[in-house]
Amino acid sequence: MTKIDIQILTTPLDVAACVNWVMAPESGGIDVFIGTVRNATKGKEVVRLEFEAYVKMAKKEMEKIAHQTIEKWPVNKILIHHRTGSLAIGEIPVIIAVAAAHRAAAFDACRYAIDTLKETVPIWKKEIFHDGEVWVAAHP
Amino acid sequence: MELNIQAFGIAKDIVGGSEVQLQVNEKITAAELKKLLESRYQQLSKLSSFLLAVNDEYAEPEVVVNAGDEIAIIPPVSGG
Repeated sequence: MTKIDIQILTTPLDVAACVNWVMAPESGGIDVFIGTVRNATKGKEVVRLEFEAYVKMAKKEMEKIAHQTIEKWPVNKILIHHRTGSLAIGEIPVIIAVAAAHRAAAFDACRYAIDTLKETVPIWKKEIFHDGEVWVAAHP
Repeated sequence: MELNIQAFGIAKDIVGGSEVQLQVNEKITAAELKKLLESRYQQLSKLSSFLLAVNDEYAEPEVVVNAGDEIAIIPPVSGG
């Protein structure tokens, strides 16, 4: 069984397809994290987000995260999909889906995966406002 | 030796492109290269932080950079 699915795409992510991929008879619990583009940041209206990736290294770091979850918890399958390019409010830049025999591992692994992705994976987002644009977290 | 250095995110804006070339000493370390970049592109010092990646791995300060290594400036990440 292929346990890990890591992708960086430029096309819209498919939640149902991701859930379908992780489901299997031996898994009793599926946890899914879906990141979506929020309409505001610190009270200021966001027009859209732009995501950029250092693709080769991002995939490598995402693979590392997937392997870490499998080492730490009894994960049966883990999927991490990230999208790059220009995304409108409500669109989905990231999906993480985890399947395990029981729900505790699925919850823990999924949370770990998104928390770690946000710290280590070389992907960047830029917020586009009506009056300018800002690379998130670049400056103190 | 000449190094090609890729830039991403805000680093692209700072160095003026997705790739820049730098002439450096043989056996330069990642820490020394970081300092060199900061002196050449002073806006890099204004960032919260930045790291260097060498051959798709975050580089420890003492890592020695060789000709032909793939090097990238990694500003603070914000994926997800």
